[in-house]
Order: sequence, then structure tokens, then C-alpha cells
Amino acid sequence: MNGGAKKTRRVAIITPSALLTAGLKSLLAEAGGGEFEVCGLFDEPGRFMERAPLLEPDVVLVDPVVFDFQRRTAVRSCFEGVPRAALVAVVYGFIEPETLKQYHGAVLLYDDGRTVVRKLRRALEERRPEAEGGGEGYELTDRESEILVAVAKGMTNKEIADAHHISVHTVISHRKNITRKTGIKTVSGLTVYALLNNLLDQSEVE
Amino acid sequence: MKHLLFTEHMKTADLIHANYRLLFVLPRFGIQLGFGDRSIGEVCRQNGCSVDLFLLVCNLCTFNDFLPDPGALHAFTVDELTAYLRRSHEDYLQHQIPEIRERVLALVGCCEAKNGRVLERFFDDYLREVVRHFEYEEAVVFPYVHSLVAGTGRADEGYSIGQFEENHSNIEEKLGDLKNILIKYLPDLSCGALRNNLLLDLFLLEGDLSKHSLIEDRILVPLVEQLEGERR
Repeated sequence: MNGGAKKTRRVAIITPSALLTAGLKSLLAEAGGGEFEVCGLFDEPGRFMERAPLLEPDVVLVDPVVFDFQRRTAVRSCFEGVPRAALVAVVYGFIEPETLKQYHGAVLLYDDGRTVVRKLRRALEERRPEAEGGGEGYELTDRESEILVAVAKGMTNKEIADAHHISVHTVISHRKNITRKTGIKTVSGLTVYALLNNLLDQSEVE
Repeated sequence: MKHLLFTEHMKTADLIHANYRLLFVLPRFGIQLGFGDRSIGEVCRQNGCSVDLFLLVCNLCTFNDFLPDPGALHAFTVDELTAYLRRSHEDYLQHQIPEIRERVLALVGCCEAKNGRVLERFFDDYLREVVRHFEYEEAVVFPYVHSLVAGTGRADEGYSIGQFEENHSNIEEKLGDLKNILIKYLPDLSCGALRNNLLLDLFLLEGDLSKHSLIEDRILVPLVEQLEGERR
């Protein structure tokens, strides 16, 4: 995409650990060469979300311990207020693969500076198609395809939200993007799309 | 704007040159091609149809921002209007849509069996919805309108024409979906000509159906609202 390396990316860090905060800050300053600028430090996500609309971070580095066990797979819905930001987990212990899937990337405790920078860039790339669904992307993202299949199966927005650990609001915004991209508005039309693209088998809709 | 509209002294043939989609409209007024150089007024009188209603429909179908004056709605009888709408329904159900269905089936026969079944099912689903909508108009809306005219109106029984307008949108959406599926998503590549022809038909049908809804929304609904007002 367009010269990502030149633009300054705003980074917010959420962790209760002073050690991690200081470490990440100095690492980004050293290895990033001005590419990443820390715009906010928070010890828990609630405080971050209050400030997020003003900060407009491009990247949010999250210490997964800030989410309790129950909410660990619902991370994306906590960050709905910053739909364009790439969420990157800071991993220093065991983390379930299912939980990690919620993030756009992960940096490890033993990663060196250059690796961290590279991983942040990749997370930004990863984030872009879904976030900029409004702009250049015409193809459905994987997430949108999953939602489309659920709609085609006849699930309600609420059921889809529960099954995917996202909010109803997010489901609706995915559905809007699906309709905008495909031009298909009715549920039976989406079912046809899913069947023709082999996302769904006829036996699943009867 | 007024001087641009069709008037009864114009040649009937010029209507078609100005807007070939009126070819759908003429037969519904009982007007056959071959009318020579006669004017619109003459042709309508010969065929026993209301010149005013005919002009209103043609203008509405041709000029996008044409809004009939409220007075123009009384130049014809409500019976003439519902008769036209019924004949339109008949035309869709007995001619246009069955012909399109033939084309769908030809395309289905040329696709991979699984995809063909999906397509046929979706089309029949759409067809059922259209039929249901027309039946509803004929069974509920038109009799209601006639009862208002006859003075036995049921305006007090809770039905009002305001409830009616919402129904059109789903039918239009399904047709739009069908077009998108044919343009973008049907994976079979071997039946290009069938697919093209079907799409051309669907675009024509869509345009004509949208004019049909427009006639209902801009002629039928305001007329009935006036009648409802008088009954209260």
C-alpha cells in the first residue's frame, strides 16, 4: 500500500506493567526510527476507550491480562470504538490460540526491536482491508464471508453476535459492508451467493 | 416543463419513438400497433380508453420528475385506473414473467446442475412473491378503493392506503439480487448468450415494474387519500 513506512503511526499501549510500558516505549523509539509514536499509555481498556476517539491510534498494543478470562475472546468488541486500529497482543506467557485470533498480530517478550517493528507493520497491513471496507476493498473479507454464511443459514443478528463473540452493532456493520460489496440485499439472495460460492451446502439451508 | 409533456394532439407513433418502453403500456390500454398517423386522442377514443389517464400514464413513464396535478386525478374514473392496473398485473403474470421464466429455465439447463437448481429456486421464490403482491392488491386494495367510491367505504375499519406503499420494496430488492447474481456470481461460463438475454429482459422488467409502482404511488395512492379525506 502507499508508502506505509514514511507515515508516523500512532501507538497506544495498554498494560498495568510499568516494565512493559517503559520497554515498549524505548524499543519503538529506538528501532522505529520515527515511524511509531506513542500517543497514550493506559493500565486498563476502560480508560483507553474514553480517550480513544481523540487519540485515534493506528496501533493498540494490548497486554492480554487486562481482559478477564470471561472476556478474553471478545476483545474485538471492546475495541469497536477504534475500528481502524490494529490490535496487537503483547505475549509473555501462555495464550490460547483462540484468544490470539482476536488480535491482528502479536509481539513476544523476546522479540528484538526490528522484529517488533516488522510485526506492527504486518498487523497494520492485516487490519487495513477490513477497516477500510468503505474504500478500496471490493472482495468480502474472511470475517464478512463467515457472517454472510450465518445470515444465509437464517441466523438472527443476535445469534450471530453471540456465536462470533461480537456485538450486534458489529454484525450490522458487517452486513452493511456485505450488501455494499455484493449488491445483494435479501437473505435469500445471500443464500444463493453462499451456495454458488460453495460457502454453504444446500443441506444446511433446508 | 409542461410544454415538453405528451398531449392528445401528438402523433401516437411519436410516443414510441420518444420512449420505446411505452410498448409495454399500449396493449394494456387495448391499443394495437398499426395505428397509422393518427393522434393520441383519436387512437384512445377509437379504443374506448380515457385519453387523460393514458396521457397521465405515458407522461409518468417517460418523464422522471413529472408530478401530476391533484386536479388531473379526477379526469378519469377510478374504475378506469384499476382496470389498467389489473391489465398490467395480467400482462406481468401471463406474458412477461412466464417468458422470462422460460429464459431462466434455458439457462438453468445449461448450468451445472447444482447451480441451476439454486437459480431456479431463487427465481420461483421471487415469482411467488410477485404473485402474492398482485393478489393482495386485487383482493384487498382495489375492492377497498371501489368501496370508497361507492360510498360504502370501510375507512373506519382500520385499513388505509398508507399501509400499502411499503410492499413494493422487497420485490424490487429480489429482482436486483437476481441481476447481481447473474452479472457477478453464477460461476458457469458456457452460457453467455442465454445469460445476457435474460439480463436484458430483467432490466426491462425492472424498469417497467418500477413505473408500475410509480403509477400506484403517484396516481392511485393520492387519489385514494383524497377519497379517504372526503369520507371522514
